[in-house]
Amino acid sequence: MVRNCVQRLVFLDKVTMRVKIDTFALGQIKWHDYAIRFLFGGLVTAFAGIIASQLGPGIGGLFLAFPAIFPASATLIEKHEKEKKEAQGFEGAIRGAKAASIDSAGAAMGSVGLLGFALVVWRFVAHANPWLVLAAATLVWLTVSILAWKPSSLYLLRKCRLILPVKL
Amino acid sequence: MTQIIVRFLVGGAVVSVFAAVGDLLKPKSFAGLFGAAPSVALATLGLTLAAEGGSYTAIEGRSMIAGTMALFAYTSVVSWIMMRHKLKAVVVTTYSIPLWFGIAFSVWYFWIK
Repeated sequence: MVRNCVQRLVFLDKVTMRVKIDTFALGQIKWHDYAIRFLFGGLVTAFAGIIASQLGPGIGGLFLAFPAIFPASATLIEKHEKEKKEAQGFEGAIRGAKAASIDSAGAAMGSVGLLGFALVVWRFVAHANPWLVLAAATLVWLTVSILAWKPSSLYLLRKCRLILPVKL
Repeated sequence: MTQIIVRFLVGGAVVSVFAAVGDLLKPKSFAGLFGAAPSVALATLGLTLAAEGGSYTAIEGRSMIAGTMALFAYTSVVSWIMMRHKLKAVVVTTYSIPLWFGIAFSVWYFWIK
């Protein structure tokens, strides 16, 4: 029971801890994982261009927010967390699923920022320096995402406490 | 054909860069923000700007609003399902894709078109 409580606290800490850069994580990702992301990202960008040229920019624009590499990323996170847990001698499937769930919740906050990005592009790109507008829109995405992330991470912490009483 | 290849290469590169930045960051909920980074949008809009100009790009930006709403719903549902059910990420993320299409096209058709 003590071990479960300690594991739970470690997990909750991972949900809400301070933002930091972990260069070690890059070394854990295999080259084919990057290749898959490159492939999906390239395919969706090419597909969005084809759709826009065939059906017009109205339909093509929808695919600018298509979850292109999201399934691959979530699967990758689930796999890594599962392997990490199993290497310590524990059952890792639940931990992997929770990690993917937390990543998805982060992506939901990122999509709020993406809405800000789209609004800036729509309102200003035809009237101002378009390259500056793209840069400003990216900044808006980052700012809105971070502002949306902080309260949502605290909410997630409360949810985890309710959903994960002892089992991890 | 050349334009499609250029789009593929630029899109793949930009998506990979944002994904790598996401891999570098902790905690996971923060790194997840980069799962909804404007990577495909930046690659596509940049190439569209160069080829078609600002007015055409603005139309794409307007439609993108519907796509972002669908992405919010999609990622929220995936998160909710994975937190409560013992299902594999590949299954949940793949089978939830129709939700993105349904919401994106509904919002576009009834509100933006």
